[in-house]
Amino acid sequence: MAFENLTARLGEVFRRLRGKGKLTEADVNEALREVRVALLEADVNLKVARDLIARVRERAVGEEVMASLTPAQTVLKIVYEEMTRVLGGKTSRLDLGGNPPVPLMLVGLHGSGKTTTAGKLAVFLSKQGKFPLLVATDVYRPAAPRQLEVVAGQARVPFFFLPGAPPVAIARRGLEQARQQGRDVVLIDTAGRLQVDEELMAELVEMKAAVAPRECLLVVDAMTGQEAVNVARSFHERLGLTGVILTKLDGDARGGAALSVQAVTGCPVKLVGVGEKLDALEPFHPDRMASRILGMGDLASLVEKVEAAVEAERIRELERRIRTQEFTLDDYLEQLKQVRRMGPLDQLLGLIPGLGRAVPQVQVDEKDLVRTEAIICSMTREERRDPSIIGASRKRRIAAGSGTTVQDVNRVLKGYEQARRLLRQLPDMEKSMKRGGGRLWR
Amino acid sequence: MVKEGWPTSSWWKRWRESLARTRDNLVGQAARWFAGARDEGAWQELEDALLTADVGVDMTARLVRAARQARNRDPRQALREEILGLLTAVEGRLELPGPLDVIMVVGVNGTGKTTTIGKLAHRLRGQGKRVVVAAADTFRAAGIDQLAIWAGRAGADLVRHREGSDPAAVAFDAVQAARARGCQAVIVDTAGRLHTRVNLMEELKKIHRVIARELPGAPQEVLLCLDAHTGQNALQQARVFLEAVGVTGIVLTKLDGTARAGVVVAIADQFRIPIKLAGLGEGIEDLADFSARDFVDALLPTPD
Repeated sequence: MAFENLTARLGEVFRRLRGKGKLTEADVNEALREVRVALLEADVNLKVARDLIARVRERAVGEEVMASLTPAQTVLKIVYEEMTRVLGGKTSRLDLGGNPPVPLMLVGLHGSGKTTTAGKLAVFLSKQGKFPLLVATDVYRPAAPRQLEVVAGQARVPFFFLPGAPPVAIARRGLEQARQQGRDVVLIDTAGRLQVDEELMAELVEMKAAVAPRECLLVVDAMTGQEAVNVARSFHERLGLTGVILTKLDGDARGGAALSVQAVTGCPVKLVGVGEKLDALEPFHPDRMASRILGMGDLASLVEKVEAAVEAERIRELERRIRTQEFTLDDYLEQLKQVRRMGPLDQLLGLIPGLGRAVPQVQVDEKDLVRTEAIICSMTREERRDPSIIGASRKRRIAAGSGTTVQDVNRVLKGYEQARRLLRQLPDMEKSMKRGGGRLWR
Repeated sequence: MVKEGWPTSSWWKRWRESLARTRDNLVGQAARWFAGARDEGAWQELEDALLTADVGVDMTARLVRAARQARNRDPRQALREEILGLLTAVEGRLELPGPLDVIMVVGVNGTGKTTTIGKLAHRLRGQGKRVVVAAADTFRAAGIDQLAIWAGRAGADLVRHREGSDPAAVAFDAVQAARARGCQAVIVDTAGRLHTRVNLMEELKKIHRVIARELPGAPQEVLLCLDAHTGQNALQQARVFLEAVGVTGIVLTKLDGTARAGVVVAIADQFRIPIKLAGLGEGIEDLADFSARDFVDALLPTPD
């Protein structure tokens, strides 16, 4: 296949490395050549990738590797560490210090997702007990203020716009408005612009001087290619960015742009957009992103998500059942229900170590989950415990009971069987993770 | 196809100037190679330059190989011809046989679908066609309002439902309306969707199905908007949208910046989807026919 994601790619490289007892310098070089290819295919900027590889090689070839008992582990760890370092090291928070109202500016290219992100930020901050005001200053794109107004309504946050006024004046008045209304954060959405558009960049510089934003955030599409570097550099040079928001990370782009942008600006990615709904904005965790890129799964994120959604006890029980392989249709249903509380299944599966490699094509339809639930609920307790007893007659009854067809019932049974098979592989994976660098994310 | 009134080359010239302004432009990066140096360092420069133009690892290797193996001619010429050959093969024009043509516009979020539709409607109006624009992006906040403004500018009719309504129903009504009013073209705006969202891709297929059922042979064109800033993920987008709704042409948008969109070379090679249009700005006339020659001229120095 011509296109493989970075996880699959590096997984391949390191599986080969794991297969060998000792690492030679040639091994390291071969691995790093593949790492370079993988990084480039993930849209990491060439220069950024090259710097990263050089540092890894410097550290990997020589003492550290030779002295280590498991050389593959060492290389993996160094790549991971260097990536994490470029990605900013630790999770960065928004800076909302200073006297309220605290202004925040969102800037970026056309279509990077500024307005949607502004709405998400409003929800994000509201949840933290803040009272944001959304200000529209995009006077160029048709209906752009209207879009923000609708988004503001969905986010249940007030909205400010002055038809006919220039953007800088709107921003300034928005700040005043927030002060009068007692709002403590002002989110200023700006028009999309090219970094080489002198006139529009000057407008941003003027706006920044006028409102003195605490944060000036560049909104970057995770699918951006090599040009991310020039875009970020230009915006940073003109505006002095304080952070980056990476959008559309719920797609299958590996988001190499995140590495590039941080490497050239030194600004941390503070938040990531992971869906179309307004609550789909999450803090960015460099270590998790790096481990995800490296195909080691994102255990920390998974654990956090699971814990937020269900009681720890249930997880332990489920985990035990998965381990001991007594995974019934009841568990399957329980899992599906939990998944619905946690978010889209495909996102979640990507977080499980090893699964990124095992099932790159997992596709989940949320509507299917509802139907599946209905079908399983229409089964008797015995049937759920031992699906092998479900014959044609029982299938007809289940279909009638759940308002579906026998084909749908078959599909659920097949899905369950697949899940069971998948989960049976988990204990093995864990073993291989331990061998291959399982301690890395802890 | 009708081309009069479309100052194609001047737009491409503008892009070329825009590219030339950046410090990292392709030729600048491989200055020595383009000046004639053929040592390993120079070849490495060329490879780097292609990679930073988003050409991608495999395609870069192939292009460099082609240039290295050039016999009896200048490697620069060989490189140019290789790229030009791939792109000329996919240089396409809108095919609108009439009497009523449906154009469906698809793509991931933020690639410029609605803007492209405004420009396209204006273009078809300029050819004397009566155009209906279907606001089938019922998801995006104020997406309908945005399209309505473009339709107004272009002098096209708009068919709209409420926000959140079934997009396939909007497309259906638009085709009906176009037929009843004796229009020549329907342009269907669709919501941006990541190609990985299975149910949203199913929704897109449904819109396509409904149009095809309502008007045999339609949609005559399914245009995929690709943002010139997109990296290697554009290949995935092309693959999935092609499989889902049989994309008939690519619109390369936001080509007025400094992104070099080298990924289209790989797309041309792998999927053979015709590239039909290029968007070069936010003005209503900023839409040009795709020209392989102008594209390559902007990317590489023109031979003396």
